[in-house]
Amino acid sequence: MSSNFNRLAEGGRIDRGRPLDFSFDGSSLTGFQGDTLASALLANGVSLVGRSFKYHRPRGIFSAGAEEPNALVTLGTGGRREPNLPATMLELADGMIAESQNRWPSLAFDVQSLNSLFAPFLSAGFYYKTFMGPTRRAWMFYEHFIRKAAGLGKAGLEPDPDRYEVRHAFADVAIVGGGPAGLSAVRAAANAGARVALIEQDFRLGGQLLSERRGSEAAAWLQTVEAELKGFRNVSLMARTTAVGLYDGKVLGLVERRDDPQAAGQALQAFTILRAGAIVFATGAIERPLVFSNNDRPGVMLASAARTYVNRFAVLPGRKAVVATTNDGAWRTAFDLAAAGAQVTVADLRTMLAPALQAEASRLGIAVRAGTHIADLRGGRAVKAARLAGTGAETEVDCDLVCVSGGWSPTAHLASQLGVKPVYREDIDGFVPGPFAAGQFGAGSVVGGYTAAEAIETGHCAGIEAAASCGKTKPVPAALELQSAELSAAAFRNVPAARGKAFVDIQMDVTIGDIALAHREGYESVEHLKRYTTLGMGTDQGKTSNFPALSAMAALRGTTIPETGTTTFRPPYTPVAIGALAGRAVGHHFKPTRRTPLHEWHVANGADMLEVGLWMRPYFYRGAGRDVNEAYVAEMQFVREAAGLMDISTLGKIDIQGPDAATLLDRVYANSFAKLPVGRARYGVMLRDDGIVFDDGTTTRLGEHRFFMTTSTAKAAEVMSWLEFLLDTAWPDLRVAVASVTDEWAAMSVAGPRSRQVLAAAFPALELSNEALPHMGFVEGEFEGRALRIIRLSYSGERAYEVYVGASAGEAAWRRLIEIGEPFGLRPYGVEALGALRVEKGHVAGPEIDGRTTLDDLGLGRMVGKRSGFVGDVLRRRPALGEPNRQRLVGLKCLEAGTRLSGGAILFKQGEARQGHGRGRITSVTYSPTLEGYVGLALLAGDVAVGDEVVAVHTMKNETVRASVVSPVFLDPEGERLHG
Amino acid sequence: MLRIDCPCCGPRDHDEFRYGGDASVMRPAHDDADFEAWYRYVFVRKNPAGAHREHWQHVLGCRQWLIVERDTRNHSIASVALARNPSGKKPPARKPSQ
Repeated sequence: MSSNFNRLAEGGRIDRGRPLDFSFDGSSLTGFQGDTLASALLANGVSLVGRSFKYHRPRGIFSAGAEEPNALVTLGTGGRREPNLPATMLELADGMIAESQNRWPSLAFDVQSLNSLFAPFLSAGFYYKTFMGPTRRAWMFYEHFIRKAAGLGKAGLEPDPDRYEVRHAFADVAIVGGGPAGLSAVRAAANAGARVALIEQDFRLGGQLLSERRGSEAAAWLQTVEAELKGFRNVSLMARTTAVGLYDGKVLGLVERRDDPQAAGQALQAFTILRAGAIVFATGAIERPLVFSNNDRPGVMLASAARTYVNRFAVLPGRKAVVATTNDGAWRTAFDLAAAGAQVTVADLRTMLAPALQAEASRLGIAVRAGTHIADLRGGRAVKAARLAGTGAETEVDCDLVCVSGGWSPTAHLASQLGVKPVYREDIDGFVPGPFAAGQFGAGSVVGGYTAAEAIETGHCAGIEAAASCGKTKPVPAALELQSAELSAAAFRNVPAARGKAFVDIQMDVTIGDIALAHREGYESVEHLKRYTTLGMGTDQGKTSNFPALSAMAALRGTTIPETGTTTFRPPYTPVAIGALAGRAVGHHFKPTRRTPLHEWHVANGADMLEVGLWMRPYFYRGAGRDVNEAYVAEMQFVREAAGLMDISTLGKIDIQGPDAATLLDRVYANSFAKLPVGRARYGVMLRDDGIVFDDGTTTRLGEHRFFMTTSTAKAAEVMSWLEFLLDTAWPDLRVAVASVTDEWAAMSVAGPRSRQVLAAAFPALELSNEALPHMGFVEGEFEGRALRIIRLSYSGERAYEVYVGASAGEAAWRRLIEIGEPFGLRPYGVEALGALRVEKGHVAGPEIDGRTTLDDLGLGRMVGKRSGFVGDVLRRRPALGEPNRQRLVGLKCLEAGTRLSGGAILFKQGEARQGHGRGRITSVTYSPTLEGYVGLALLAGDVAVGDEVVAVHTMKNETVRASVVSPVFLDPEGERLHG
Repeated sequence: MLRIDCPCCGPRDHDEFRYGGDASVMRPAHDDADFEAWYRYVFVRKNPAGAHREHWQHVLGCRQWLIVERDTRNHSIASVALARNPSGKKPPARKPSQ
């Protein structure tokens, strides 16, 4: 088998006994347990892994971590497709299917790589300059093609079959980062007695220690500490988990991911909201690249990444390597590559080099070129040679790997997310997190402690302090020291200006030339620079490009780095799948579903159910017609002619008790309740404080100090909360208590001329005559041992009763009414007929009580009379609410046979120009079997009187209909049907 | 992310609560007919950067309306009290019924 020909014969933290098969762009390849997708690809000699965003240039693996700008892949197939994942962060799993992105027809031959030839035209601001102004319309035409050409991977269109979770977790001390600083902090905090959560994005703990050679002291230290930590019961080690967000109140958002497609039954990703008593940031540092011409060619990678591939994964990413550096640290890469058998040249920008480095280099046969840098690279789909310039003559060195290091940048992202700006530190030439808030601590590279010894020491201290801030102060044994010969990462800057395609942001294809252009055009502030050039706006959020861009802009402006400043850091640190945030709240679990006690009956008896807010309600019954339009008219007819039964359990129901109950009602309703006799009900309207109508309903006086309030279905929760608000905050002196009893009662409306006969037959023990139970009257009794309340109220305009029964007996009561009512012609009806019946009767509902209408707008002003002292009374008198040209409730009737009104149609007067918002709109419509035509309610402004003609225009339906203005009460204006 | 220490239920996630607006404005008496007073109560808000007294209701808990002192800059909560009893004094203990 020719695979894994870049794999070293021994070493690495991989399990050679467990080979894993995977595929990349259709080729079957093999890696080992412990590999990342990136290391397995490199082991198989795959160096070209993607095409760039704008120019479609060939790209290779650039890093070994979350900062990866190039090696983005799409994982999985069908509904499991997940695009834009850095191959460097994917734990290799058996059966993994990965694809490269942004290439067509294939990775090796990409048609749009011709974009590179047009590169001079595609500089920063190209699209803006080209398509704004007179050519703006052209954008409409070209946008589709441009969007297709630019970009990243594509998500699947099928539903994702995998499971995701959202969890809550708690810890005394949360430690972000499992490198030497983080591990040392865990050890200290756990010994102090704190409950500790360690969050590590890698699938292995150790951070940079994993990149040390096997058998080194660092490796031994890691082994000892890991074993020790496993012995703690108060430590939870969360690997494969990234802290993506820092939020107020010491809350971290964590995403745990599993890339193993075989892990069936487990959540693929979990989002955890971790609330901690203290947080230790041990997030490490990210190496900086160097900017030179063609620095994006496959084969160029960060020096530390090359070292990781050699030592951790036993992969030799190249046989002839050039290590270009500005600091001592990257020499370790040169040494390890040489020790692994590569031919190495070091190009160090500095002219004075430490003798120890030179001695080791010469021992390993490494060619050293002091005072040189890379001026350009040769090679297309793979790097072939580096041109070195600087001291001495320019030379070309053949190579298949270029390792770059421009020093390090602390990973200050997470710690800066709450808006504390990072602070520049000259000694390390980098930004560290700004002052930590109480309960937050930093350790290791993120606060500039680059050596392992410093990391361990600062981690130890941070662990103790963090535990102490949570009151955990048990004595802690001394830090476990690690003596390793380390090289300073302190970098020498002053890199010569680069020319040609020298990339600063490799993912977004932003070159040093783009930055110069932004500067020339006045986009000097880093925030403008970012938006103008798109620098740092890729999925990697500029983890490797921010600092080089800042220093380039500072040089152009002639200012210092701290004066130039940084952009703002926001969550998430790395991209998060929407599925992880949604967890299980998908499909019908997206929101709760409320079912009435009669739900099962509706479903079993042909009801078409409709979502109304959280509730499921019967829309119409199939027995009444084939579709809703046929059914609702039929249902209306049997209510008007015989009797209908409707489930109204969704109404809000509030029990109000106490000596001051009547006083409360008198204040919250616009009309009076104090004089309502016991045993009687009244329709009531509530206003908001600003004088606009809030809700309507009925309230029944059950006793001197006890009332039963109903609210609309939609406003039930708001009304309840509003009453509680007034009683808790404004009128605590009122001796009254309110309780929601919505779910305690099943409720049904029996409506129609024969409704009394049905009820009398169903509940023979009750006296239901017109004298005993007149319109707006109330009786109570018992049904199957449950409370029974009958209130004579009408929404439809017919003689009607609302029947309330204890919820558990609801279905039995409903069945009895259906059975006993059948000979009388009683049948169930749904919400469509309910709405139509109330439109015919001219009752207002949600479409009219829309949060903008007043009592007078709705024709309800006379209910109030001369009352005052109720909620909304003062502000309803605002002059603006009394202006004569306000839209008011009217009825509309179609003038031409065969035409219909549509809700939402805009109204104009006859002969008026049909433009703008018109004089108002139609709010509710229905076919009226009684009037044999379409009628509707509308809100209409201006000097329009009953009898006038208006034109209703519905542009989306392309309808123009003539209608005449009539009274909103289409049926029985005297209310004769209600009484008697 | 807020956690509100409900005087009845203990510390709970803010998902259980509903925000109820500025608690520093004084609601006029129910029969106060002064337009200006109602106008100020309903429409005029300070929107401070810093300490802010506000109403929250523990809708998915005890349903009590609370007065929460929150710093709008960092969401730190200085105090939580029942709106009915902002001073936090405990009502006199009732004798258990025999």
